[in-house]
Amino acid sequence: MNRVKSVLAFVLILALGSLSAISQPNRSGPPKLGPPPALKLADIQHFKLSNNLPVVLMEKHGVPVFQINLLVRTGSVNDPQGKSGLANLTASMMEEGAGSRTSLELADAIDFLGASISAFSGMHTTHVSARAPVSKLDSTLALFRDVALRPTFPSEELERARKDRLTDLAQAHSEPSAIASAMLSKTLYGNDHPYGHTATGDEQSLRSFTVGDLQDYYKTYFHPNNATLIVVGDVDPKTIIAKLNDLFGNWKDGDIPTHTYSDVPQVKQRQIFLVDKPDAAQSEIRIARIGTTRATPDYFALQVLNTILGGAFTSRLNMNLRETHGYTYGAFSGFDYRPMPGPFVARAAVQTNVTDKSLTEFMKELNGIMQPIPADELDKAKNYLALRYPENFQTVAQITNQLSDMVTYNLPDNYFNNYVQRVLAVSEKDVENAAKKYLDPSAMDIIVVGDRKVVEKGIDSLGIAPIKNFSIDDVLGKAPTVEGNK
Amino acid sequence: MKFTGDRYPGFALRASAVLLLAAFVPLSLCYSQNLSVKFEKFTLPNGLTVIMHEDHSVPIVSVNVWYHVGSCREKPGRTGFAHLFEHIMFEGSQNVPPGEFDKWLEAAGGDNNGSTTTDRTNYWENVPSNALELCLFLESDRMGFLLPTMSEARVNQQRDVVKNEKRQSFDNQLYGQAEIIIPENLFPPDHPYHWNTIGSMEDLTAATHDDVADFFKKYYVPSNASLAIAGDIDPVKTKEMVTRWFSDVPAQNPVMPLGQPPVYMTAQKRLVNEDNVELPRLYLAWATPAEFAPGDAELDVLSNVLAGGKNSRLYKRLVYDMQIAQDVEAFEQSGGLASQFYVIATARPGHTLTELESVIWEEINKVKADGPTKREVDRAVNGFESGFLDRLEAIGGFGGKADQLNQYYTLTGSPDFFNQDLARYKSLAPDGVQSICQKYLREDGCVILSVVPKGKTDLAAQSKKEGK
Repeated sequence: MNRVKSVLAFVLILALGSLSAISQPNRSGPPKLGPPPALKLADIQHFKLSNNLPVVLMEKHGVPVFQINLLVRTGSVNDPQGKSGLANLTASMMEEGAGSRTSLELADAIDFLGASISAFSGMHTTHVSARAPVSKLDSTLALFRDVALRPTFPSEELERARKDRLTDLAQAHSEPSAIASAMLSKTLYGNDHPYGHTATGDEQSLRSFTVGDLQDYYKTYFHPNNATLIVVGDVDPKTIIAKLNDLFGNWKDGDIPTHTYSDVPQVKQRQIFLVDKPDAAQSEIRIARIGTTRATPDYFALQVLNTILGGAFTSRLNMNLRETHGYTYGAFSGFDYRPMPGPFVARAAVQTNVTDKSLTEFMKELNGIMQPIPADELDKAKNYLALRYPENFQTVAQITNQLSDMVTYNLPDNYFNNYVQRVLAVSEKDVENAAKKYLDPSAMDIIVVGDRKVVEKGIDSLGIAPIKNFSIDDVLGKAPTVEGNK
Repeated sequence: MKFTGDRYPGFALRASAVLLLAAFVPLSLCYSQNLSVKFEKFTLPNGLTVIMHEDHSVPIVSVNVWYHVGSCREKPGRTGFAHLFEHIMFEGSQNVPPGEFDKWLEAAGGDNNGSTTTDRTNYWENVPSNALELCLFLESDRMGFLLPTMSEARVNQQRDVVKNEKRQSFDNQLYGQAEIIIPENLFPPDHPYHWNTIGSMEDLTAATHDDVADFFKKYYVPSNASLAIAGDIDPVKTKEMVTRWFSDVPAQNPVMPLGQPPVYMTAQKRLVNEDNVELPRLYLAWATPAEFAPGDAELDVLSNVLAGGKNSRLYKRLVYDMQIAQDVEAFEQSGGLASQFYVIATARPGHTLTELESVIWEEINKVKADGPTKREVDRAVNGFESGFLDRLEAIGGFGGKADQLNQYYTLTGSPDFFNQDLARYKSLAPDGVQSICQKYLREDGCVILSVVPKGKTDLAAQSKKEGK
């Protein structure tokens, strides 16, 4: 009897125990979360090669891969008058023959290693980049050095690249988002500022380039006193610095010209620039003005401001235009921070027949963001920006990008570690001030690329701004004809 | 080319490119190191499979759910529904009011997205590791309790969003109609791959609230799903939390396999599509063996031999030497019921698609006659090997480790299938690639689509009989 009782009790305890082990979830609200973890990155290590070329390095072990970037401080802002596209073309031509290898030989050597090596130019920086398994480190570095320091710019490859770019330019005439981007640069910055040009060049400049142009540009800007190496991955610092010294230590300094550019006047009124794209299924909308530089002390306040307006899924623009009205697949905004003031742009591709209504909602949100921000919305935006930050450091490619920004904009070494607290320190007042300082809904360029015969009347009747009409050729020039080849 | 129907554009568009790589980039096992991804797997009484993987390199966790249902399960007259349903999954559930799914996650520092293919629907959240439990709450609530609060209005609202996704990704996109036209001609009307995952505007209009309920009850059941959690986790605590949050999700009838036999084309179909494009583009497409079926790996290698890099056969002829094409690509788009092999080339101004097509067949016929060289096969496999290593880096998002564990589990039953996958490629020799090329890249069993500028049908690829 006793025995049976105790067995029963034992069974009961077991049953209770297992019940508590799979206790019912409490679905009455989101679970309470503990404190967020801190990001602990490996140290940023600094070295100088024998010729003083700086190296910034971060070890990342775990997966046996590495990436190396040579960052050179030049880009399309240094395109000479009438030669827009030179920086971009020169960078991509570095892949078309280097050292003793022709374009095809170089590509075969890189592909056979399973490496990727590329060169590309932005507005202010040019990157030569290599990524490969660490088992291919030596062979990859040798090819990387050839592309970076020994490009040959063969004339027959220039002819191929010229034809490729002219064809791309022709094709852009049917790409609504490419047309909208070109129009935005033109209206905001005009022809006299380097930000007003398309980085890939126009027909006239593309036809004018000679091998001499590329060589001159390369010789002018590609020097160790104008460059930094960035290395990330499963590498031993001492070993790789020795290898880099062998490969890059004899690279010689040069006199780097400096350029100054006049300030660009801010947009002073509201104007609509309507580019006709007959029969387009959607209208590409861009609403823009001049923003600010990466060095602005208002950077974190602006990032929080933009997260509230259009930087995340639950931002106001997307909630309104996508989730409430169903006008679009997504609406965003962003500040493009550059060494000189880059643009602020709000954007969406909207269904053609609601183009006017979409503009109304855009303007409503741009006006709304000038008002005080509710505390919970501010907190959500700050947390989103700050707490998801570690996501940006998962791969060697991501870390290389972060370090590139650090080098480009002279950010301090403690920048990554201080990021979270600087975002969280942004106050309601900071955001309000930033909105007043940088956003003025009554002075913005509104670009619409869409079907004029369907959208113009409705936009006009909104009465928000005068409309100027453009053709695609007004924006991109006439589509170039590309000579056939046998 | 492959439409994955992401829920959200922007950053997600880049992310879906990663997914494309994960799906198409095969891998080789030339590497001495053990490349397996360690995991722990268990199954709950309701049938849900759970896969856990620890990686403490950054303090984030990715929660990733695959439902083994895609557009291949759609009923006639309801194309595009699986993807519309994916959107509806974010619109709140019994204990998550509308709009709060995203707001709670963002307030915790989380990102999320989802995507739909012909075969599966996936969802993920990347969060700082303290917010794991929030993800488990949200995922379990919509897995178990989506319907009680689902309204007609919410269905309508996402219907409009999805229609705009179609406009943006297809109708206002250069050559966007090609990926709708090709499967319609590659597979017969009763084949589940006949229609594109995005569906038709009419069918999206026709979808009802009842459809949502039926689809949920039939396919969104725990035994038809798997949950992968990767990152900065404590496996013991994670197992306890998962067990707690998913234990009340009711079990349902299992989903039976489709049992679709392979279908290959037995004729050549020649089609012309006039569109708002500047340059004519040629598409050659074949139905090929399903993912992981014999021939699938060979076709991955073949795509690289034909159009991977400057020394590939088609790039070198069409773009580099003859300079009659602006670009060329080839790929095997692997699927669970069948795959599709594509060769796509864009003509330079002044050139017709007929010229391009004849060179493409010449090069394909050379591979059929002589096979690829050993160096071509090795070069392809070496590139795949590096791609594999790159895939081991990211924890979350499309193509991250959590997503890949779920992908392998769904396709093969084994989450850590990395090494077996690699072995498929390692074992390949040139003559194997050659015989697969002979078998599947048939002239008398393919779709040939010319997309030409409006009014310029003379630029389309003409068959040899019609040609000059």
